[in-house]
Amino acid sequence: MAFGRPLLRTSYEEDAAILPTAFQKAGVGFLILSLCLMALDAPIFGAIPRYFLGNTWLVPVGITLCFAIGALGINILVGVTGQVSLGHAFFMGTGAYTAVMLGGNLGDQESWKACVPFHDNLGLLERQGECGLGLPIWIWLPAAGLVAALIGIIVSPAAVKVRGLYLAIVTVGLVFIGLHLGRMLPEWAGDFESGRRWPKLDIRLWKEETPLIEMSEDGKWFGLINLTEEQKQFFFLLAIVIVMTLLAKNLVRSRTGRALQAIRDRDVAAEVMGVPEFKYKRLGFAISSFYAGIAGALFASFTGRVSPIDFGLLLSVDFIAILLIGGAGTIAGTLLGTVFVELLPNVVERLTEWLADQISTGGVTGTIADFLLTTGAAGDFGPISIAPTAPGWPMSVFFWNLVIYGVLIVVFLIFEPLGLFGIWIKFRNYWKGWPFSY
Amino acid sequence: MPALDSVVIASGLSTFVQTLTKSIALGCIYAMLGLSFVLIFKGTQVLNFAAGAISMAGALFMSIMIADAGWPFLPWSNPFAPDGGRASIPLWILHLMFALILAALMGMIIERLAIRPMVGQPLFAMAVVTLGLEIAIRPFNLDASAGQARSIGVPWGNGTWTADWLDGAVIPKSYLAAIIAASIAFAAVYFFYRSRFGVAMRAVAFDQEAAMAQGINVGRVFSVAWALGAALAVLAAIFFAMTPWPPNGAVSLEIHPIWVFRVLPVIILGGLDSVVGAVYGGLIIASFEIFAGQYLSQWTSILGPGYSTIVPYLAMLGVLLVKPYGLFGTAEIRRV
Repeated sequence: MAFGRPLLRTSYEEDAAILPTAFQKAGVGFLILSLCLMALDAPIFGAIPRYFLGNTWLVPVGITLCFAIGALGINILVGVTGQVSLGHAFFMGTGAYTAVMLGGNLGDQESWKACVPFHDNLGLLERQGECGLGLPIWIWLPAAGLVAALIGIIVSPAAVKVRGLYLAIVTVGLVFIGLHLGRMLPEWAGDFESGRRWPKLDIRLWKEETPLIEMSEDGKWFGLINLTEEQKQFFFLLAIVIVMTLLAKNLVRSRTGRALQAIRDRDVAAEVMGVPEFKYKRLGFAISSFYAGIAGALFASFTGRVSPIDFGLLLSVDFIAILLIGGAGTIAGTLLGTVFVELLPNVVERLTEWLADQISTGGVTGTIADFLLTTGAAGDFGPISIAPTAPGWPMSVFFWNLVIYGVLIVVFLIFEPLGLFGIWIKFRNYWKGWPFSY
Repeated sequence: MPALDSVVIASGLSTFVQTLTKSIALGCIYAMLGLSFVLIFKGTQVLNFAAGAISMAGALFMSIMIADAGWPFLPWSNPFAPDGGRASIPLWILHLMFALILAALMGMIIERLAIRPMVGQPLFAMAVVTLGLEIAIRPFNLDASAGQARSIGVPWGNGTWTADWLDGAVIPKSYLAAIIAASIAFAAVYFFYRSRFGVAMRAVAFDQEAAMAQGINVGRVFSVAWALGAALAVLAAIFFAMTPWPPNGAVSLEIHPIWVFRVLPVIILGGLDSVVGAVYGGLIIASFEIFAGQYLSQWTSILGPGYSTIVPYLAMLGVLLVKPYGLFGTAEIRRV
């Protein structure tokens, strides 16, 4: 490949490559490297304030990695196949609860009867949220994806029949049915509000005491380096995300991916050209649900404690927001959107903490902080309360985060429908053509 | 959503009468909200997912005016406010009008800021804009309600009639109020649609560009559609708030943001763009929900507590499999 002429392609293999240019290869390598270094808390990041980097970021970043898998799934359904679904949370929940049913711990085997669903004294169980088969991760993680995919296939006939906004509303219905199932089965789901514990992310061969690869305690890993629990899980999740991203990318550039895209662009035309509409829509649902199931299982296990409420409509909206803010139909845009949507609340929170510490220092930041924040003292004004003793104006950072999130969705849709990826394309084209404007 | 079973059950006939009135009242409330969705969808091609936040905001306006004797967003006190938070009926209706006007203004502002710039975008993008609005407005609602259910000062409170000739069936007054309100709302929309401006509105719903070419001010039609839609959503929310099951005469932050999504089956059943469909859809879905809640309650241990709230979704799935555009919806013509 001719270096310096990135658009010159001399073979189809080059054109269809996962990372066609040297710049992209270097960029992705650099990104993964810096993520690893960040997770290891490498000394080169020492100059950045602790608010913005450090071990406390591992949990939000880990959750972001889990969500990235789910976002890749919704991208395949909405971005590539063009079927708008607000039911992704339901499939994530399916995966998460499959994982906990197979991998969760049952205290003793005698009381198994109490774990059988639909018995009489519903909701008043001693074994509430304790049931599970205690199987290892290499069974429950793929099973989570497969069961979710199966449910996706079961649902797909309804979804193929209706289209557009009607489909979006039908999938909203799925989410509410899922929430009801969560309320109905407390022996599996635990309390509806507070949820239950999930199996740890340890790799075992079977139910033995010492795991093959342990990821649930601080300490030496493989007898090599000292890592905390979160660091170990982070590397595990990162590996899975890379594998899933490669799979998604390969799907999009294969025959199947082209068929899915044909259906997105115009389903009738695709059918005329010999792409079976029903088959590929079903496939789109199945693959997207598979990703969602894996994401749900990992998310719940990484968080450790999840309740049915967490798989509500807001989670589905999160994924749609990720897609729209990142740029629908592109893998890079999906991942960018996930990072943006999932980490933004944390950034806002940390920024507020940092500002709160600047109030007393004076200067420009001190003035800004004084203007924005309310400490609760008399006569202090500002829209953000950092001491939320009671609800009411000024609002807490948590509420402001929701407002910012909602406004961002609106603003992105109005001003930049292609999302962050579109901004990147514009930026790139500007510099490619520089100093000419075309 | 807690079970809707607070009405005392006396006998077979009275149970049936109570269940029937309950389902008609709930159906009227659903129909009002469904009408709000339909008016906005017909006028601007937007599926308004923000109805939950808008309707709760409007109900909170009502609560602030009556219970706090103030005005929303304004520092002055409200000279019309009743003493002790319990209004007489004309005074309460006056406040209802204030709340509806404020809601209409809110709808117009939302339309101008967030919906107008999106004209010509795909339907789904516009629907997601309203989802963003829902997320952005909801925190202000939660914040304004300060974590509590807030009274809207219903003049007839939890009052009931007992019909002796119907085996002692107990019928709450709020059911009748909801039915009257829905009738007035539907009559108003019916006559509005036959007015000069209503005809313009239907023309815009049919084809925006053609309507514009005929000299119709499409922007104003958009504004009015959103004003009417927001006001209807608030009307439905206020009459939902006074029903004798929770939230029981108050704006509740547990229930109000969520219940709007239960109306999605209504508009799906009736068809997204059918005014008549909203009425039939509301009554059918509500009777499914209430009758299932009443007559299947002995199987609660199998169906799960609160099962009646998902009956609408199941009904919706069933209908969509048979009629993908609802009972009265216009089928989309598919072309290559």
